[in-house]
Amino acid sequence: MNILISTCSQGLIYAILALGVYITFRVLNFADMTAEGSLTLGGSTCAILISNGVDPISSVLISSMVGAIAGLATALLHTTLKMQEILAGILTMISLYSINLRIMGKANVSLIGKNTIFKMVGNTQISSFLVGLVICSLLLLGLTWFFKTQIGLAIRATGDNEQMMRAQGANTNLKKILALMISNSICAISGALISQSQGYSDVNMGTGTIVIALASIVIGEALLQKDSFIVKLISVVFGSICYRFIIFLVLTLGMNPSDLKLFTAILAAVLLSLPNIKKVIKRGVKNVGN
Amino acid sequence: MLEIKNLCKAFHKNKSDEKVIFEDFNLKIKSGEFVTIIGGNGAGKSTLMNLISGTIFPDRGKIVVEDRDVTKLPEHKRAKFIGRVFQDPLKGTAPSLTIEENLSLSMLRNSRRTLSFGVKKNNSEFFMKELEKLNLGLEKRLKTKVGLLSGGQRQALTLLMATITKPKILLLDEHTAALDPSSRDKILNLTNEIAKDEKMATLMITHNMEHALNFGNRTIMLKQGKIVFDVKGEEREKLDASEIQNSFNF
Ligand SMILES: Nc1ncnc2c1ncn2[C@@H]1O[C@H](COP(=O)(O)OP(=O)(O)OP(=O)(O)O)[C@@H](O)[C@H]1O
Ligand SMILES: [Mg+2]
Repeated sequence: MNILISTCSQGLIYAILALGVYITFRVLNFADMTAEGSLTLGGSTCAILISNGVDPISSVLISSMVGAIAGLATALLHTTLKMQEILAGILTMISLYSINLRIMGKANVSLIGKNTIFKMVGNTQISSFLVGLVICSLLLLGLTWFFKTQIGLAIRATGDNEQMMRAQGANTNLKKILALMISNSICAISGALISQSQGYSDVNMGTGTIVIALASIVIGEALLQKDSFIVKLISVVFGSICYRFIIFLVLTLGMNPSDLKLFTAILAAVLLSLPNIKKVIKRGVKNVGN
Repeated sequence: MLEIKNLCKAFHKNKSDEKVIFEDFNLKIKSGEFVTIIGGNGAGKSTLMNLISGTIFPDRGKIVVEDRDVTKLPEHKRAKFIGRVFQDPLKGTAPSLTIEENLSLSMLRNSRRTLSFGVKKNNSEFFMKELEKLNLGLEKRLKTKVGLLSGGQRQALTLLMATITKPKILLLDEHTAALDPSSRDKILNLTNEIAKDEKMATLMITHNMEHALNFGNRTIMLKQGKIVFDVKGEEREKLDASEIQNSFNF
């Protein structure tokens, strides 16, 4: 029972990251590598604020704003300096490594003995689960609303067909900037919660997390195939929780924890290519039929 | 309405493979005119439309719309008074959004986008009325994803989206080339209806001589960036499609 709840709450906290990544990867169609850096940025900013006595909720909010700035940096590299999206993200991500070290002053900051969002609501396993659930639900509602507004719709259309959006009178660069800022501020919130939940922030805490987010997204898509936007977002959250159970399972089955990143990457690769594999198989069957 | 003055445009400027497309190009189009544009591959027809719409910018010269110099105005700002339909039916709509959402986006062309809801309930009646005119049954499918529509249906929707806010200029770049004959005729007739608007100027590129002469009220032919042929009125009525085809063989 305990393991069930703790796995779920971990899934929920990482679901926040997956939702942030979903906005860039799926909605905007922008492969944004900044996410790993902004997760750590959120974690380190929040940890340093809390350890200096700032209350946890304000710390999370400030972290999210700092995350938005990271998104802005990538967006500007891409839109004004015309850099390729992957490269723009990698440059920001690498810079954030140094910036995070500057923020923390060292490679990690401990939160032992400090107040955290989780301690504020009782510091039991159930309460961390509830914190994750509440924040995820708020995000789901907020994002669903936002992507129904005129601006949100324009962002979705920009990801879908940028040329059309420009022909429809939209400044698509502004839409990309906005989407990247929102996405990275959400990734930073995730980082801020991760550091509070594990009790420390670490300069390497973001490494590989983008693959985890991607795996969660594709697991979710494999589970729930629906057209409505809110269901798509909910499937991301489910995907993240499922991912945690899969990891729990393979670890109990004896997988070496150091192989987890490889395992996650392969899982993501397989699920991402599933639609194409299906197509190939279908074509194969047809050819045999002929 | 639309005036192009001394326009110059070259690609790969100042490089060894410099390619001059337009040199001192001039064109004047009045409102109410429906100009069909013909010319061989590489004549510069699409480039002309890209210059008018602001997708690319000229090296020299001026583009004036209703006495306003728009030469330096970016594409998305010109879109407030320029509607466009491309050859590729996939280019004009957002496939993962619904018909209603696509139309709502095009309604917002002239206004600043805000945080109010993108799809407004009280618009749907208007959308249905407009969609009915297309005669494709789309008025019953407001909530359908555009990606599920056929090329012809998408092109009709694109045409509607391009003109729903009554632009001053409508640019059509071989917008029926990818369609089957029956969808093509439908879209052409629809175009004809829309282009009757006296306050709008329409430019339509086509490789079909008959369409070029049967539709619109003026025809120009481009060859290597120059207008080699510009007819309207009676003179145009007398022309025969096969005649032009032969005399300018391209
Ligand atoms: N972005 C570009 N860079 C370099 N050359 C270009 C570019 N766009 C167009 N050209 C060149 O400009 C010339 C005119 O092209 P354009 O597309 O305007 O022709 P077109 O009249 O529309 O032809 P078609 O009937 O084939 O559509 C061509 O030789 C083309 O190769
Ligand atoms: Mg062309």
